[in-house]
Amino acid sequence: MSTVIKPEQTPDWRAFPDARGHFGPYGGRFVSETLMEPLLELQEAYQRYLQDPQFLAELDQDLAHYVGRPSPLYLAERLTRELGGAKVYLKREDLNHTGAHKVNNTIGQALLAKRMGKTRIIAETGAGQHGVATATVAARLGLECVVYMGAEDIQRQAPNVYRMRLLGARVVPVTSGSRTLKDALNEAMRDWVTHVDNTFYIIGTVAGPHPYPAMVRDFQAIIGREAREQYQAAEGRLPDALVACVGGGSNAIGLFHPFLADEGVVMYGVEAAGDGIDTGRHSAPLCAGRPGVLHGNRTYLMEDEDGQIIETHSVSAGLDYPGVGPEHAWLKDVGRVRYVPITDREAMDAFHRLTRTEGIIPALESSHAVAYGLKLAPTLEPEQGIIINLSGRGDKDINTVARLEGIEL
Amino acid sequence: MSRIAARFEALKARGRKALIPYITAGDPEPGNTVPLMHEMVAAGADIIELGVPFSDPMADGPVIQQACERALKHRVSLRKVLEMVREFRRDNIETPVVLMGYLNPVEIMGYETLADEAARAGVDGVLTVDLPPEESAELAGALKRHGVDPIFLLAPTSHEARIRGVSEVAAGFVYYVSLKGVTGAATLDVEAVAQKLALIRRQTDLPVGVGFGISDAEAAAKVSRIADAVVVGSALVKRIAAHADDPAAGRREVAQVLAGMRRAMDQATTATPA
Repeated sequence: MSTVIKPEQTPDWRAFPDARGHFGPYGGRFVSETLMEPLLELQEAYQRYLQDPQFLAELDQDLAHYVGRPSPLYLAERLTRELGGAKVYLKREDLNHTGAHKVNNTIGQALLAKRMGKTRIIAETGAGQHGVATATVAARLGLECVVYMGAEDIQRQAPNVYRMRLLGARVVPVTSGSRTLKDALNEAMRDWVTHVDNTFYIIGTVAGPHPYPAMVRDFQAIIGREAREQYQAAEGRLPDALVACVGGGSNAIGLFHPFLADEGVVMYGVEAAGDGIDTGRHSAPLCAGRPGVLHGNRTYLMEDEDGQIIETHSVSAGLDYPGVGPEHAWLKDVGRVRYVPITDREAMDAFHRLTRTEGIIPALESSHAVAYGLKLAPTLEPEQGIIINLSGRGDKDINTVARLEGIEL
Repeated sequence: MSRIAARFEALKARGRKALIPYITAGDPEPGNTVPLMHEMVAAGADIIELGVPFSDPMADGPVIQQACERALKHRVSLRKVLEMVREFRRDNIETPVVLMGYLNPVEIMGYETLADEAARAGVDGVLTVDLPPEESAELAGALKRHGVDPIFLLAPTSHEARIRGVSEVAAGFVYYVSLKGVTGAATLDVEAVAQKLALIRRQTDLPVGVGFGISDAEAAAKVSRIADAVVVGSALVKRIAAHADDPAAGRREVAQVLAGMRRAMDQATTATPA
């Protein structure tokens, strides 16, 4: 709560956070004393290995041959024609191994865990995508893996639960609080504080205490670095706008970060408006919350007047989170990124539209970004272009979609 | 001198160690808290740690999580907890009261407002579990200006430099978390705690309390030989939970447990050490 924003200068937004993990007034390290030393150790290791050519070579190798990078930047021609505005490009993170962007980060953190001598991996998961991506890399490296998942989410994401178990992970149902992602994060933190000597906690999004928001962003920034090059190769210029969904915000920051200094590129972070912002049943802290401290960082939160965290709602389990990464909070306040709401209904319509028009079934999370892209593209000129981050594929959601539409599978 | 410092001095003069019970305010219902505070004092409590309920108590085990949930059903807010302290102070002006909780309810109220209202309600110390010294300058400053002690945790993972940093901002006493884990976890290792306390005492003159993992009179007695204060929480909250439908019975059991700890501690500290 100390940094003053000076609007007359435009700093390089890529230079944040500061040494203590602050993005302006946001971020930081708000954890109990037991975790401070392990976090400092992690920060030290992460900074060291990010400069280590061998580590980076191994990461690149894995991203190329295990994840399948670079992911394509695909021009959605039929959709573009139908919308009659800007060219719509999709960054195909859904084509990564395990079906979402999450693996970019788990590969990086697992390599770090191995180098730090940790033998046990834990993670929290909402939709199960991060849990699957973590269980996958743990299986490959032969590490013990425990994934905490809200009992509610276990119900709605059964296929991913089974996938994690097939991969050898123990999936622990969390029955405290609202039984969703935030409670899974609480429980993973409790596990970490208890087994801190041998355990590495792989956080799946750009939230948590420093260095997690910066570290996860750095591992996800490959999305934006590739997209920037691919777009320039295709169009000979930079895109006019970027669109990505924001729960914790890792796929969005991954796409946005390499473009932050490109002033002509407008960025939209799409939050889950659930039944609608005015109903209160949503997961949109940047659109309708206020700053507070949760899960180790200061950021925008969904909370009541007493500072208690309130239950959130979204059709998409991966966006059903009351907080958001601190860098997004900062980028909102300084005005670099615009944060906009998309309702469950709009996301469902976009899910069907993309599936029918392009033959690509998007995750319900990514469908929020698609939905905003559908609104944005027609307002722009045909010589302009936008990139929508297709952060994950929708196979995991077909049961949810069928149920919502009264279809029995 | 603050009420906390005065209490530790008086205990030292009598060769006794402080017994600090923790309860979650408003558990199982708001009317239970002030009578329970008085009964704990009668049973031998020297300082009371009053938990401020929070929806996401990350550092707490299931016992205190559930206590928070019971209290939050009655919407027990930080403001309500301050009212409880005011009510307690009508009949007790000697026993220090420390609020223990998480930062977010304090953020919403505002540091200055909290410091001012806490001081006026008769709160003597504030411990925010998720506020390490690095982030604490503003809140600790506000509390100190209003004569309220900012209490900080130390842990088995705290190295010497961190212990020094904590002792520079802390006041009243420091609270050593005896094990890596959440509240109410496994039993503590007294030998390891003793070693760490020796290291801590080289860095600070503040009294050192030990908590997490102290579940019975025997453990309390052992810890009282090496620490200045014994903090007991989950072991009491369990009794309150077991009698959630009959709070008076819960209060009686809590008082019994505390009285047993008090006796064992006093015997341990007055008897010649083995």
